Amino acid sequence: MANKILIPTPLRPYTERRDSVEVEGRTVGELLGKLTNRHEGLRRHLFTDEGRLRTFVNVYVNDEDIRYLQKEQTPVEPGDVVSIVPSVAGGGDTETVESLPALTNEEIRRYSRHLLLPEVGIEGQRKLKAARVLCIGAGGLGSPVAMYLAAAGVGTLGLVDFDTVDVSNLQRQILHTTHEVGRSKLESARRRLNALNPDVRIETHEVVLSSANALPILEQYEYVIDGTDNFPTRYLVNDACVLLGKPNIYGSVFRFEGQASVFATREGPCYRCLYPEPPPPGLVPSCAEGGVLGVLPGLIGTIQATETIKLIIGAGTPLVGRLLLFDALAMRLREVKLRKDPDCPVCGTNPTIRELIDYEQFCGISHEPAAVSEHDMTPRELKAWLDGGAQPLLLDVREPQEYAINRIPGAFLVPMSDLPRRVVELDAARPTVVYCKVGERSARAVEFLRGLGFHDVRNLTGGVRRWVDEIDPSQPSY
Amino acid sequence: MGAEAEGAGGASRTADPAEAAEARRVVVPPGVANAIRLHAAEAYPNECCGALFGNDAVITEMLRLPNVTDEGPRRRFLVLPADYRAAEAHASETGAELAGFYHSHPDHPARPSRYDLDHAWPFFIYVIVSVRNGEPRDMTSWRLRDDRSAFVADVLIVQEAGIGTRESGETASVPGS
Repeated sequence: MANKILIPTPLRPYTERRDSVEVEGRTVGELLGKLTNRHEGLRRHLFTDEGRLRTFVNVYVNDEDIRYLQKEQTPVEPGDVVSIVPSVAGGGDTETVESLPALTNEEIRRYSRHLLLPEVGIEGQRKLKAARVLCIGAGGLGSPVAMYLAAAGVGTLGLVDFDTVDVSNLQRQILHTTHEVGRSKLESARRRLNALNPDVRIETHEVVLSSANALPILEQYEYVIDGTDNFPTRYLVNDACVLLGKPNIYGSVFRFEGQASVFATREGPCYRCLYPEPPPPGLVPSCAEGGVLGVLPGLIGTIQATETIKLIIGAGTPLVGRLLLFDALAMRLREVKLRKDPDCPVCGTNPTIRELIDYEQFCGISHEPAAVSEHDMTPRELKAWLDGGAQPLLLDVREPQEYAINRIPGAFLVPMSDLPRRVVELDAARPTVVYCKVGERSARAVEFLRGLGFHDVRNLTGGVRRWVDEIDPSQPSY
Repeated sequence: MGAEAEGAGGASRTADPAEAAEARRVVVPPGVANAIRLHAAEAYPNECCGALFGNDAVITEMLRLPNVTDEGPRRRFLVLPADYRAAEAHASETGAELAGFYHSHPDHPARPSRYDLDHAWPFFIYVIVSVRNGEPRDMTSWRLRDDRSAFVADVLIVQEAGIGTRESGETASVPGS
């Protein structure tokens, strides 16, 4: 006994305009097979070249979608009515086909593991090839970001950095090798990335990113990745991305903890919605001061690279309105919801920031080099003073792990954070020279001690680093 | 908001007379054209979608349908099978045919995307209206080629019965892959 198949309007021209066709069979698959044999024109609209039912073709047995039954193996009973119901879908996000670059056979071999993913496929890989991505910073975060995006076949990768490779970078900045120490980070990155994937166009911007040059650089790219290590640049990148309407793929690391999010999309919050004001200068130490686990920027940077690829190919759920918090010691990943702040000065409903501002000033950082104070003492002056028989207290305000690396012989260790509590251990009448790594923490300590009535207190300019350089090169530096 | 449709938005022109011959005129009355534009403007920045009814490429009516995509309505639209069935039922009740569907492309040209091509049905009229910054702009009309390789651009004419024609869009073709 035959079953009735209901034909939707757009397929009726293939069934002599009939709205139903009767065929015999035991399963949905059999019925559809006989239907397409009888009306060959239907086949390419119902089935892919591989013979699978197209995703936008819904088949119902009576009122049940066969996806929730046994798909094409769904049995049919006499009298069951099978309906073919179109899913009507579309959308304007995808580039029109001809504007995307084609893939060469060589590229198809290289990216074959991407092409096998339905979410990427040929089209997604062509989008990657067409994409223009800017990474600010070729350091800890920029290394995995640039390496993975180059490997993934992002067509154009811009890099912003002004630094040279230092041996202390190599513990985490895997773009650079020992061989490149002392050379430009961008040239080192270019060599490394070209070796990895010669098809990627590397565009280098060897500048200190500033309010004067940020917009002309950022506007050349579609996606911006924040791999910066300081607050002024982070606010600068955020504001520039909001003003230009470009997604800002954010990451930051400190010691054992990292954060990542996607900011500055039209529907999502920006960095200022999360942190309207920068912390007071000196409160949050940099990685150079506080240290960072080398693998941590690897983890956070690969999250940034992943989010970038997702945005380019339009797959999955982007990290918009969500902040990932990663703790390597606990090996725990948490997620907090972020909301767009309607009062945000840059992305809110009535923005007050309509152009880039002075971000050094905004973050409370002075443009002028610290004025030489009468309380300063150079390492050479200290050495001469000690050689002359003076016996000042040498007060080291660094952390114990820093003290373990190098020190001035005879120094007394009181970490900065302990100083208020332990100041009673110090003799206010004794001449004192305070030092730290580079002279910044010790300058604050000198100010603090003078306020308490210590009159003969001096700051060692350039810190222990300069002491080792100029007076005692036998000791290690960091 | 003028009822006149603009060009096909930078579509690649083809000089192939065989393809030009495939193009046909799709007539949309100003009331329906304006209702589609209004829907597109209201839905911005999301995509809107709806059904078109008529006979022989003369559209007589439009019906707004909910966009139920879970892939982000700014970039996609999806009509539920139940809404599709309701649209067919509406057609048979009114004696018109379900002629096709319209949807909007927020901040994208009024040209079919690859995604549109992959999900298109034969013989349906696909009207696309582009919306820039909330303002409806070009409106174009497309049909899937029988071999699914591309869309053929039809000539969309906004016309009330008895009034002169205003044509938009030359024949254009969007190759598949």
